[in-house]
Amino acid sequence: MDWLTEILKAALLTVVVFTYLAVVTAMIGVYLERKISGWIQARLGPKHVGPQGLLQTVADTVKLLQKEHITPRQADVLIFNAAPIMVAVAGLLDWVVIPFGRIGERVLVVRDLNIGVLYFAAMASLTVIGILAGGWSSNNKYALLGGLRSASQMVSYEIPLALGILWVAMIAGTLSTVGIVQAQAQQGGWFLFKLPQLDYAGAPFGILAALTFLTAATAEVNRVPFDLPEAESELVAGYFAEYTGMRFALFQLGEYAEAFAMAALAAIMFLGGWLEPNLPAWLWITLGLAAVLVVVLLLITGASRDLLIRPILILAVLGAALCVVMFFGVQAGRSPVLPSPVWFLTKMFALVFFLIWMRWTYPRLRLDQLLNLSWKVLLPVGLLNLLITGFLITVVRAP
Amino acid sequence: MGELAAFIILACVTLIPAVVVVTSGNIVRSALSLIPTFLGVTGLYILLHAEFVAGIQILIYAGAITVLILFVIMLTAGGTGTRIRQVNEQVPLGAMAAVWLGFLILLVIFRTRWPYTATPAPQYNVASIGTAFLTDYVLIFEVTSLVLLVSLIGAIIVARREE
Repeated sequence: MDWLTEILKAALLTVVVFTYLAVVTAMIGVYLERKISGWIQARLGPKHVGPQGLLQTVADTVKLLQKEHITPRQADVLIFNAAPIMVAVAGLLDWVVIPFGRIGERVLVVRDLNIGVLYFAAMASLTVIGILAGGWSSNNKYALLGGLRSASQMVSYEIPLALGILWVAMIAGTLSTVGIVQAQAQQGGWFLFKLPQLDYAGAPFGILAALTFLTAATAEVNRVPFDLPEAESELVAGYFAEYTGMRFALFQLGEYAEAFAMAALAAIMFLGGWLEPNLPAWLWITLGLAAVLVVVLLLITGASRDLLIRPILILAVLGAALCVVMFFGVQAGRSPVLPSPVWFLTKMFALVFFLIWMRWTYPRLRLDQLLNLSWKVLLPVGLLNLLITGFLITVVRAP
Repeated sequence: MGELAAFIILACVTLIPAVVVVTSGNIVRSALSLIPTFLGVTGLYILLHAEFVAGIQILIYAGAITVLILFVIMLTAGGTGTRIRQVNEQVPLGAMAAVWLGFLILLVIFRTRWPYTATPAPQYNVASIGTAFLTDYVLIFEVTSLVLLVSLIGAIIVARREE
C-alpha cells in the first residue's frame, strides 16, 4: 500500500499548498498591491475593514463567493467553466518544486524533482491555455483579443524565461531547485553576485541574467508593463471580461499564485533561496544605522506626513529591525540567526514588492514594442550571456 | 498494482480525449482536447522514469504547439464562432490507415520476444542526455539544428515578402 500513502500525502499537501496560495499570495498579494498602488498614487488605499484595511481582501473574497455564476448565452459552457480551473491549477502546480526553507536536515518542499526548474517552466507555460480557452469560450470580442494577445506574448517570452533558467542550471550544474540553493550554499554566495571559478567578477553576468529573467517573468504573468491581455482601457478586462464571482476570483488566484511563484523562483535562483546572507557584524550594524538615520531624518523634517514618503519610513523601520536582530545574532555567535523560511519569505516579498512597484510606475507597452523587446533585446542578451558565462567558467580554472 | 492502476488511468486520459480530437465537430474543442492527451503521455513517460522527456513534452507540446494551433485557429476568420462545424470527408480512408497501422503494431508486439527479467534502468539524467547528444548522436543533433535554422530563415523570408 505504498502508493496509497503517496496519494494521501499528495492530497494533504495539495490542501496545504492551496491554503497557502489562497491566504498568502491571493489575499496578502491583493492587499499589498492595493496598498502600494495607493502609496504610489498618493492615496490611502484600503483603510476601513480591519486595522489599516487588513481584512479588506477577506471581505472581498466573501463577497465574491456569494455572487451569481453567469454564463453568457452562446458561450461554450464546458470550456468556459473549465478555463479558470486550468489557470488556478497551473498556478498551484508551480509551487510543487519551490523549497520554503530547511528544518534540521529536512528541506521544506513538496517534491524535490530532479527536473525542478524545467517542471516549473512547463507548468508556467500551461497557464496560457486556460487564458486562451477562457478568452475564446466567452464569445466576446474583447475576451478573444485578450486571449490572443496573451498567447503571442507568452510564446515570445517563454524563450528568454527559459534562457534565464538555463543560465542558472548551467552554473549550478543541476535542474533541481534544492540543488540550486545547495550549490549557492557550497560556493558561499548568491548567483546574483558570485559565480564559481569567476568569484565576484561574475557579478555583471549574474545581474544581467536576473534582469532578463525578471523581465520575462513579469511578461509571463501578464503584469504591467506587459498587461496587454487585460488592458482595462482597451479591452474592458481582457480574457476574463465575462467571468463573475468565484470563477473571476480563480483567475485572480492563478495570476497571483504565478506572480508569487516567479518571485519565489527568482529568489531561489539568484538570491540564494532560504540561505542567510553571510555578512560580518560590522556590516549589519552599518546597514542598520543607515536605516535608522533615514527614519530619524524623515521624522525630523516632518516629511513622514507626506503620503508618498510614509511607506519609505515603514520599509526603513523594517530594514533597521532586521539588521539589528542580525547584528546581535551574529555577535552572539549563532550560525543561522533566523529560521530559514523567514529568509525565503523576506526575499520573496522583496521581489514581489519590486514587481508591484514596476506595475504602478511604468506605462503599458504597445504590442509591437512588446514583441521587439522580447525578440530583439532579451533573446540576444540572454543567449550571449549564456555563451560568455559558459565560456568563462570553462576557461577560467579555480586557482 | 499501483503501477498498473496508474497505467490504466493514464491510458484512459490519453485515449478518450484523443477520440474527441478526431470526432469533435468543433475545431477549438479538438485542439483543446489535445492537452489531456499530451498530459497523459507525459504521465506515461514519468511511469517509465523518463522525467526529462516528460518535462520537455509538457513545455513543447502542451505549452507551445497546442497554443500555436489555438492561436492560428482563432486568427482565421470563422474559426472564432462557437457554432462552426468541421466535417471530415476522409473518414473511410483514415479508418483504413488506422486499422492497417494498428494491425502492424499488434504484429510487432506479438512477434517480439519480450525479456521477462527486469534489467536495471540505464543511467538517465540531463547530463547523460547532453553527453549523448554531443558524442554518439552529434551528427543527428547538428542536422536537426540545421533543419530548424533553415525553417527559421524560411519563415522570416516569407514574412518579409508580404511586406
